[in-house]
Amino acid sequence: MANRSVVPFGPQHPVLPEPIHLDLVMEDETVIEAVPSIGYVHRGLESLVKKKDFNEMVYVTERICGICSFMHGMGYCSAVEKIMNVEVPRRADYLRTIWSEMSRLHSHLLWLGLLADAFGFEALFMQSWRLREKILDMFEISTGGRVIFSVNKIGGVLKDMPKDMLKSFVAILNDMEKELSETTSVFLNEYTVRSRLEGVGIITKEDAIRRGAVGPMMRASGIEVDMRKTGYAAYSDLDFEVITSDKCDSLARCQVRIGELFQSIAIIRQAVDKIPEGEISVPVKGNPDGECFMRLEQPRGEAFYYVRANGTKFLDRMRVRTPTFANIPAMLQTLQGAQFADVPLLILTIDPCISCTER
Amino acid sequence: MEDIGNNVIKIEQVELLPVIMEKKNDDWRLAQICCAFRDGHYEVSYSFAKGYELTNYRLIVGKDETVASISRVYKSAILYENEMRELFGLGVEHIKVDYHDKLYRIDAETPFMEKEGE
Amino acid sequence: MKTMHKSPWLLHYDGSSCNGCDIEVLACTTPVYDVERFGVVNTGNPMHADIFLVTGGINSQNEDVVKQIYSQMPDPKVVLAVGTCACTGGVFKECYNIKGGVDTVIPVDIYVPGCAARPESIIDGVVKAVSLFQRKHEEEEKKKNGRHRK
Repeated sequence: MANRSVVPFGPQHPVLPEPIHLDLVMEDETVIEAVPSIGYVHRGLESLVKKKDFNEMVYVTERICGICSFMHGMGYCSAVEKIMNVEVPRRADYLRTIWSEMSRLHSHLLWLGLLADAFGFEALFMQSWRLREKILDMFEISTGGRVIFSVNKIGGVLKDMPKDMLKSFVAILNDMEKELSETTSVFLNEYTVRSRLEGVGIITKEDAIRRGAVGPMMRASGIEVDMRKTGYAAYSDLDFEVITSDKCDSLARCQVRIGELFQSIAIIRQAVDKIPEGEISVPVKGNPDGECFMRLEQPRGEAFYYVRANGTKFLDRMRVRTPTFANIPAMLQTLQGAQFADVPLLILTIDPCISCTER
Repeated sequence: MEDIGNNVIKIEQVELLPVIMEKKNDDWRLAQICCAFRDGHYEVSYSFAKGYELTNYRLIVGKDETVASISRVYKSAILYENEMRELFGLGVEHIKVDYHDKLYRIDAETPFMEKEGE
Repeated sequence: MKTMHKSPWLLHYDGSSCNGCDIEVLACTTPVYDVERFGVVNTGNPMHADIFLVTGGINSQNEDVVKQIYSQMPDPKVVLAVGTCACTGGVFKECYNIKGGVDTVIPVDIYVPGCAARPESIIDGVVKAVSLFQRKHEEEEKKKNGRHRK
C-alpha cells in the first residue's frame, strides 16, 4: 500500500481569489479524501438583523457577495415584499429581471476567466475579463456602481432605465454576441481545453440529488431545474428553455454556463421589448410580520432566503442559503479519486463563492 | 403533523426520521435546514425540493432539548447541522462528520443566542 | 538588486471581504485597467512579494493568516488596504466575528476607501505604493551602505 500523506490546500492559493482551506489526503498523486475547513470569511452578517432595521438590511444583504450582489438584494426584498403583501410595479419587475440577467452574464464571464486561469490559459482569462468589462460599463451607466449597485429597495427599485439606454444596451449586447461566440468556442472546441475538462469530476444524476447540488452543477447532470421557471419577477412573461447536459463532467458544466450566457442576452432582448411604462416603486408603510421562504436562481444556482419578522422594525431572523453552500458536498465528491493537478480545476467547476457561503 | 400555512408543516420529534426517510426514498433533495430562536424555543425548518416543488417541515425544540441528526440519511446535512450547533448551541446528536463547534472557528460562543438576551 | 525597486511584486489576500473589492483588484490586472503597466506583477507567493494588498476586514480566523503572510514577505514591504472593510471594518464592523480593519493586526501604509473600491482608486493606491516602496528601498540601501563604511 502506498503511503498516505496530507497536503494542505489554501487558504492563500494562487488559483483561488478567495480563502478556503482543504486538507487533501493523498495516496501518491490521487486524492483519497478532502476535508474542508471554512470560516476565513465568516462575518456573521445574519446577526446584524438585531442591529439594523429591515430597510437597512437591504444594503447589508447586497454585501453578502460582490458578484451576485444585485440578486442577494433582490431576493431579500422579494421575501420582505411577500410578507408585507406589497405588489411591486411591473416595470420594477422587468428592471430587476434585466439587471439579474446582466449579473448572470458578468458572473459567468468571470467564472470562465477564472477557469481558464486554473488550467493555465492566461490569454483566454484576459479575453473573458475584457468582455466582462463591457457588462460592468453597462452597470455603471445604469446604476452608478460597478459591482455593488444598491438599486433595490423594498417596494421596487431606485433607478429607472430610460428607453434610449435600454436600446443602446441591446446594441452593445448584439455586438458582444459575436465576440462571445469566438471566445467561448475556444472553451468548447480547443483540444487542450477539452483534455483538461472532459471526463473530469463526474457527478451522476443520482449523486447530484443525494448531495443536494444546485444550479449549473445540477443541470450539467441532466436535472432540469431552473428557479427562473417558477416565474418570480418578470420571468413568467419571458420565453426561455432550461439548458441541461447529461454528460455530468466539467466540460458539461462549462457548456451549460456558456449556453446560459447566450440565453441571458436573449432574455434581456425580450425584456427590453416587453417592458411596460409606469412607476418603478410603491411606498411601503408599516413593519413586516410573518415569515417567508423565497427561492431564486442566481448565477451559481438556487439561493434560498428565509425571513422571519415579528411586527417591529427589527427582524427575528434572516437566513440565506447560498448556492455554493449547497454545492460543497458535491464538490467534495468530485475530489475523491481525482488527480492532484485537477484539484484547483474541480474546486472551480462549482463556481465557488466563499464569501456567500460563510456570510 | 399539522399544516400551519406558508407552505410549512409542523412535525413532532418522533415524526422527524420517518418523514426524512420518506422524502429520501421519494428522491427529494435537501434544500436547506434553518434554525431560529424565538420565545424561548428553537424552530428548526427542514426544506425539501423536488423539481419546482418545495415542502418545509418545522420542528419546535425546547431550549435544553436535543434533536436527532439527519446526516446519515442526507449527507449534505452535515454542514447545516454543524452550523446550527455552533451558532445557536442547539444540541444535534450523532452528526456523521462532527466538527465539534469548529466549523467556522469563531471566538464568540453561540453568537445568535447572546443577542436574544440583550 | 539595484533595479528591484522599479518593479515590485504584488500579493493579494482576501480577508473577509464580500468579493466586490477582490474582483475589482483582479479586474485591475486585466486588459482594460492593466495595473501591470506600472511595473507591478501579481504573484501568489509571499516570499516573492513586496506589496501586500489586503481586501476585507479581519476576523479571528484569518488574523493569523494575514500576520503569517506579512512576516514571510522580505523587507522592505508596503501594505495596501483596499476597500472600506479593509480600512475600518465597514458595514460589517458590528458583526460578532469582525475585529476591524487590517490595521488592527499589521501596520498599513496606504488606505484605499470605497465600497467597492473603484479600479481607478485601486490603481492610484498601487502607484502610491510603488513610489513608497522605492523610497523605503532607497532608505534601506543607504543604511546598508553606511554600515559598510564603518
